[in-house]
Amino acid sequence: MFKDKPNHERCVWALFLFGLVGIPALYFSGAISIDTVNMLGRYLAFAIAAIGLDLIWGYCGVLSLCQALFFALGGYAMGMYLAHHGGPEGIIDKDGWKLPACLFVVYPYDVGEAPGDAMVPWFWKPFYNLPLTVLLGVALPGAVAAVIGYFGFRSRVRGVYFAILTQAITVAGWLVFCMNNMKLCGTNGLTRFDKIAGFALSSPSVKFGLYLLTLVCLIGVFCLCRFLVGTRLGRVLVAVRDDETNLRFFGYKPYMFKMFVFALAAALGGLGGMLYTPQMGIFTPEYMTAKWSILFVIWVAVGGRGTLSGAVLGALGVNLVYNFLTTRWPEAWPFVQGLLFVGVVLLFPKGIAGLVDLIRFKRLAKRTSEA
Amino acid sequence: MNTTELIAEYREFSPRINRIGARDFLLFVEDLTAVFDGFKAVDIGAWGVKRNELRVVIGPNGAGKTTLCDLVSGKTRPTTGTVFFEGDEITNELEADIALRGIGRKFQTPRVYDSLTTFENMELALPGSRKVRRFFGRSASRAENEKILQILERVRLKDDRHTEAKHLSHGQRQWLAISMLILSSPKLLLVDEPAAGLTDLETELTAELLLELKDEHTVIVIEHDMDFVRQLDSKVTVLNEGRILAEGGIDELTANEEVIEAYLGR
Repeated sequence: MFKDKPNHERCVWALFLFGLVGIPALYFSGAISIDTVNMLGRYLAFAIAAIGLDLIWGYCGVLSLCQALFFALGGYAMGMYLAHHGGPEGIIDKDGWKLPACLFVVYPYDVGEAPGDAMVPWFWKPFYNLPLTVLLGVALPGAVAAVIGYFGFRSRVRGVYFAILTQAITVAGWLVFCMNNMKLCGTNGLTRFDKIAGFALSSPSVKFGLYLLTLVCLIGVFCLCRFLVGTRLGRVLVAVRDDETNLRFFGYKPYMFKMFVFALAAALGGLGGMLYTPQMGIFTPEYMTAKWSILFVIWVAVGGRGTLSGAVLGALGVNLVYNFLTTRWPEAWPFVQGLLFVGVVLLFPKGIAGLVDLIRFKRLAKRTSEA
Repeated sequence: MNTTELIAEYREFSPRINRIGARDFLLFVEDLTAVFDGFKAVDIGAWGVKRNELRVVIGPNGAGKTTLCDLVSGKTRPTTGTVFFEGDEITNELEADIALRGIGRKFQTPRVYDSLTTFENMELALPGSRKVRRFFGRSASRAENEKILQILERVRLKDDRHTEAKHLSHGQRQWLAISMLILSSPKLLLVDEPAAGLTDLETELTAELLLELKDEHTVIVIEHDMDFVRQLDSKVTVLNEGRILAEGGIDELTANEEVIEAYLGR
């Protein structure tokens, strides 16, 4: 089954297998704590969003700096669900809705309003229901991306201009979510989570379950995207990257393909965010800052763009190095991160995935020269 | 026949006033101008190409040959004027819609998709490959497969069908671009400098292929190489400074004083 697969893909499957068998074994034998498992679960959620970015950037050639925004939209959707079902009981508004604690403490009262006048805003209400939240957490980022994509790609905004546009939209999103008047809890973010679908988030078995769920989602997303890029659609996407203009003269409309992939990438970003929030226990507008936009790009670049495996290897690899360094030598991390990015761009443009493939290539060359 | 007479004769066949024009002329342009920063790159009163005709367009550098292609295929919007295809006006349509109507184009520098293999490049050019349900299929049907291989064999690319296009030589890329155009089977082919950078032998094969196409397609070839034009042995239009200078057989034109002056820059 794996004979004709490139090395980087085998590498990813080995990681998945290790995640499914090795990590549970280590955890139940007591070698690693639940906090480590929880941390890995969060990095897996990043990997899901990174795969989305690789689809649009690696395959379609469109550098998007708003993957962080879509991740945050998904995160907020799940955060609102968790806030509905968290915190202390007892704060009820006039319509009988329980006010989420994080909203209650920073509620922007109008002039003359007393704490008794605080109401659950309409846009919080759909997120009371878990299935609806999951649906919206994927559909909302997808819809936002489709709108941005329709106008951006149709008027042929390309390259660095599109990158700037998406970064600007992300910053705009950050400003909106930071405003306390929006009733989205401002810079405090969503907190006081307690239960997900009736299970207590603090219990180790729920944390472990969330880790497994994230891993299964990642595997599913990886397989889906592998399938997509293997079809004729995938080849059209690569053609969009290589020569969009020529494609038009063969009757294709590149903006439709870009829009579709951009929306798909956004939906995956939203899924990543939704899985991240319950494992993090808090969600703030900080994920919409420019720093996070760039982080996603760094993960994909370091992992190797246009491979899908690279997104997984990069998101996990960079974050594990980050985790290792910040516990032992925190001051060094920014420098290492910068070096990593510059080094990869200059020395290994194909990233980790390219390096892994190189090893196999050399071995093969040796074998053929011996024969 | 001088230029004014030529234009006047074409004008009688404008699809706007004449149904015969719409039937006979696959492509017809009227009062077409393209102005860039005050410079008139193309200024054609009336001009057309009949069905199943192979027309060669020649002219010195900057004569507006490629711009004419751009105007017809929708890459550039004309400043004024109209483009008719099969009697329908297509002046302001999108490139992709014009392509779907049946105008195919090969660019001056061969454009292929570098990261895809020769075969995959061809697959994207298959007619009907833009339907959504086809996108999720893995590969071409048997008939399509055979068609692709047949063309690739003809242009000696069959052995390289699994090679990524970026590893092909310039000549091979030129071939691949032409093969893709042939495969997509448009009603009108705009072929911009198909012989550029090819060896004499390759040029001969190109001419042969284009002549074969003539039976079922209409072809407009833009070319510099006079030997190549001679091999095609078809009606030639001479452009100069954006205007049509003369039209006729190649021997007739090489004897024309005006053409010699413009083309050879005496």
